[in-house]
Amino acid sequence: MKKYLSFFRLRLQMGMQYRAAAFAGMATQFFWGFMLIFAYHAFYESNPSAFPMEFSALVSYIWLQQAFLALFITWRFDNDILAMISDGGLAYELARPVSLYRMWFAKNLAMRLSEAALRFAPVLLVAILLPKPWGLSLPKSPLHFLLFLITMVLGLLLTIAFLMIVYGLTTRMLTSYGIRIFLSSVMEFLSGQVIPLPFFPDRIRTVLEFLPSAGMQNVPLRIYSGDLTGEAMIRAILLQLVWLSVFAAAGKLLLKSAEKRAVLQGG
Amino acid sequence: MRHGFRLYRHYIAINIRSAMQYKSSFFLTMLGQLLSTVSTLFGVVFMFQRFPVVKGFTLNDVILCCGIVQMQFSLSEMWARGFDSFAQIVRKGEYDRVLLRPRNEILQVFGAKFELSRIGRLIQGILMLAYGIVRIRIRWDFMKILTLFNMIFGGTALFTGLCIVRAGLCFFTLEGLEFMNIFTDGAREHGKYPLNIYGEKFLLFCTVAIPYALVQYYPLIYILGQRDGCGYPFLPLLSLWFLIPSLALFRFGVRHYQSSGS
Repeated sequence: MKKYLSFFRLRLQMGMQYRAAAFAGMATQFFWGFMLIFAYHAFYESNPSAFPMEFSALVSYIWLQQAFLALFITWRFDNDILAMISDGGLAYELARPVSLYRMWFAKNLAMRLSEAALRFAPVLLVAILLPKPWGLSLPKSPLHFLLFLITMVLGLLLTIAFLMIVYGLTTRMLTSYGIRIFLSSVMEFLSGQVIPLPFFPDRIRTVLEFLPSAGMQNVPLRIYSGDLTGEAMIRAILLQLVWLSVFAAAGKLLLKSAEKRAVLQGG
Repeated sequence: MRHGFRLYRHYIAINIRSAMQYKSSFFLTMLGQLLSTVSTLFGVVFMFQRFPVVKGFTLNDVILCCGIVQMQFSLSEMWARGFDSFAQIVRKGEYDRVLLRPRNEILQVFGAKFELSRIGRLIQGILMLAYGIVRIRIRWDFMKILTLFNMIFGGTALFTGLCIVRAGLCFFTLEGLEFMNIFTDGAREHGKYPLNIYGEKFLLFCTVAIPYALVQYYPLIYILGQRDGCGYPFLPLLSLWFLIPSLALFRFGVRHYQSSGS
């Protein structure tokens, strides 16, 4: 365990160096948040009764989404790992007496946490100070806040478990860009990044809530405001756990076989 | 002038030939753009299933609008891409070479990179526009067709101006300015809705400060027949003023250019 912790620490320190990039990211996320909220407000005004969430719950969803973007974005891969796979550096990784899965998992976790750590606080601070109805509301209850934190960790782990499957597929292909962009785009859309899941048509939504993609950002961001509560919430958390173990097992299996018969490229 | 045009054509030909050497990368880039447009479009369709009319616009109106903005953006991206990767040119000191050649430097930067793969986004834009035109009963007349062309022309010019501003700022910062993405990619993403959706104040800002509304909202309501007036078809051309400060900033930057790199 100690060795994975040091991979984690190293990658975390590396990620914390990019402060200028974080600043640009923050500006973009503020702007994005405002534009989305203004647009949803126009939809809300056109027919408040058709709005599938409380407006304040939606506003909280968007600010949290922007603040924690780095944790849940499905197309953010570790470029070092991708480069390693395509230029044959994978051989060095395989020579190490470590599990490929745990090492890469630790690196991805550290990368995302460092990116989020540099960005989230200012976004949340300003969002909470904004006047009603544009600002971030307080969590529904202390219990909801606690569950928000727990499910956010689960959602993050699930997102990385998904990435690990994609890395696993990447080790088996010569050109993987196509499959990578396809899987991450589909996952992104189904996870509620483009529009939150409650805005999907009801029939599609009932199916979507059972898919792994629903366990990424959808669960924590909706628990925070109490949009997801009661039995539905408990079911969603259980599904998160189930999918996390399924994805982890699948990813491990893929990388295990990659360790045995990886195609090393480059020279 | 004629010579400059021939030179530009030559630049383009070289760029296209080089892009065609990497066919799979070319098609995969197009696939990526297609997927991102498809998910945006699905999002819009789902929203309008719940809310059929928003601020006087229907789904078809928004698809038409989205198509036009995509076209404006992709045309500017295609031919002004050289300005996009400009930070690198400045940082590596490659701009020295541009200055040494006895040709207009802006033309050279334009020609430096012609991004053919953006043609995918252009086609998507054309398809959305065509869908909108077929589905909405617009009474087309000469003025409306002229408005449409002016919109595409003016919008391309506006996005190009923003690329030039970004490049001009690179002379001072030597870095890529990611926050400028707000004004280009942000405008493409959020420009899918007619700008009055974001509120009156925002519309005012987009009319006076950066004239997005002149190439999107105002001519759009004229084409859709919500407003009438003989000035509307020519509003997009008014946005051309934005090119003047953009080019001035770039020129000012060139004078400040100190060769960097090795």
